[in-house]
Amino acid sequence: MDYKNIIVEEKNGVGYLTLNRPQALNSFNVDMHHEVAEVLNLWAKKQDVRCIVISGEGRGFCAGQDLGDRVVDPNAAAPDLGYSIETYYNPLIKMIVNMPKPVICAVNGVAAGAGANIALACDLVIAAKSANFVQAFCRLGLVPDSGGTWFLPRSVGHARAMGLTLLGDKLPAETAKEWGMIWDVAEDTELKTKVTELAERLAKQPTFGLSLIKKAIHQSRNHSFDEQMHLERDFQRIAGRSEDYREGVQAFMNKREPNFQGL
Amino acid sequence: MQELIKAEITVDGVMLLTLNRAEKRNALNNATLQYLCELFEEAEHNSRVKVVVLTGNPYCFAAGADLSELAEMDAVALQLDIRPKLWQKIDAFTKPIVAAVNGYALGAGFELVLHTDIVLCGENAKFGLPEIGLGMLPGAGGTQRLARLVGQQLAMRWAMTGEMISAKQAQQHGICSEVVPTALTLEYAIQLASKIAKQAPLAIRVIKQSIKSIHEITLSQGLKSERQNFVWLAATKDRNEGINAFFEKRKPIFRGE
Repeated sequence: MDYKNIIVEEKNGVGYLTLNRPQALNSFNVDMHHEVAEVLNLWAKKQDVRCIVISGEGRGFCAGQDLGDRVVDPNAAAPDLGYSIETYYNPLIKMIVNMPKPVICAVNGVAAGAGANIALACDLVIAAKSANFVQAFCRLGLVPDSGGTWFLPRSVGHARAMGLTLLGDKLPAETAKEWGMIWDVAEDTELKTKVTELAERLAKQPTFGLSLIKKAIHQSRNHSFDEQMHLERDFQRIAGRSEDYREGVQAFMNKREPNFQGL
Repeated sequence: MQELIKAEITVDGVMLLTLNRAEKRNALNNATLQYLCELFEEAEHNSRVKVVVLTGNPYCFAAGADLSELAEMDAVALQLDIRPKLWQKIDAFTKPIVAAVNGYALGAGFELVLHTDIVLCGENAKFGLPEIGLGMLPGAGGTQRLARLVGQQLAMRWAMTGEMISAKQAQQHGICSEVVPTALTLEYAIQLASKIAKQAPLAIRVIKQSIKSIHEITLSQGLKSERQNFVWLAATKDRNEGINAFFEKRKPIFRGE
C-alpha cells in the first residue's frame, strides 16, 4: 500500500493510520480523503486488524479542511460546501462511528475544525498535554460540521458546547478531559507508548462483543429506555452465540487467561 | 440441480421458504416465481401449515426480476406473459405470510414483500423500485400497493427516482412492522409466525381476508363483510374453545374447526 498523504502500519492486531501532511497541519484535501477512506474500508473488513489508531504526523493532529483548496473568488458564485461534507466528511465520520472495532484517536497536537470533530467521533480519545481542540468554524462564518454539533452537547453539555462553538477558542487537552470530552491526557513524550499499550490491549479483547457495545452506546442516544432495554436483549442474544463468549466462559471456569479471536 | 427455494417446517405450523439463488442475488426469474407458487399451492392444502415465513439470505432478500429474461421479451411476448398469473396466485394465498427481509428487496423483490402480510426487517434492509433507471415501471403491483401503503407523495418519489428506502424509513411509513438486528430477523419472524400459528386458523383466515379487502371495497361494504365473518365464526368450535379457555383461565387448543 502506497499512500502520499497518510502513513499506514499494521502491527500486533492494531492498524495505525497517521495523517501525513505535516506542512499543512495534516489538513484534509480530496486526495487524503480518498486514501483514508480506502484504508478504513479495508480495515473494517480485515479480521486481524482488531483496533484502529488515528493520529497525526508532526506537531499538529489535524487542522480540518485545507483552506488552500477553497479559495473563494469574490466574483464567482458561492461554493457548495455541502458537497464536500456529503461526499467526504460525513462518510468518514460515519465510517468511524460504524467501525465494528474500537477506534482510538491519539491527538498529538492541535485538532481544529473538522479535525477536532473527527477526534470526537472516535471511541477513545487520548490527547497529548500540549494538544488543544478548536471549533474554528465560527470564525469563518461557518457551522461546526463532521458531527461536532451532535457530539459536543452530548459530551460536554449545552452551556459548554455553546461556548466552544460560538467563541471558537482553544480548549487545552486537560480541560477537555476534565469536561468529559475525551478519555485521557498523556505527557507529550508518553503519548505514543500509552496509545500503543491501550490499542494492543483492545486488539486482544472479544472484538465482536466490543463492536456490539459500541453500537449499543451510540444507539442509546436516540432511544427511549424501553427501546434500549430491547436492544440490550437483542445484542446479548447475538453476543451469546459468539465464539469469544464461549472462550470467555471456559477460561473463567478453568481459571485461565482467555484467548479471544474477535469472532 | 440446486433448489431454487428451500422449503421446510421449522416449528409447529410454520413453513419456512428461503429464496436460494444467492449467486443471482435471489433474482425472481420465472422458474423461481413459478416454484414459489407451487410451494404456496402445497402450503394452501397442507393442514399442518398455518403460517408461511418467506426470507432470503442475510445480504439479500431478492434483488429484482431476472433482467436477461425480461430483455428478451417484446410487447407481444409480455402480453402473453405468465408472470401476472403467478403474482395473482401469490395474492390469493389465504394463510398469513410473514416476510423476514434482510439486505436488498428491490424491484420484483420489493413487490414480493408488498404481497406479504407482515414484514419484519433487519437493520440492513433496503427497499426500492429501481425500474425507472431501466426505463420501465414496476410491473407486479409496485405502483399500486406501495401507493396504497405509504400514500401518493412517497410512492411517486420512490418510483420516479428509484431512491433506496432504509429499514428505518420502511418502519416509519408502514412498509414493515418492526426493525430488528439483522442476525435475529429470521428468528424473530419465525417466533412471530409461531405465535400466529397457535391462533384459531379460521379466525386468522377471515382476518387476513377482511384486512386485505380494504383496498377493494368501501368502508360500509367492509363493515358488512366484517360483520358476516364475525357471525360466521360463531359457528366454529374454535370460538367456543377460545371463550371457554378464557373463563377457565387456561390456554386454548384450537383445531381449525
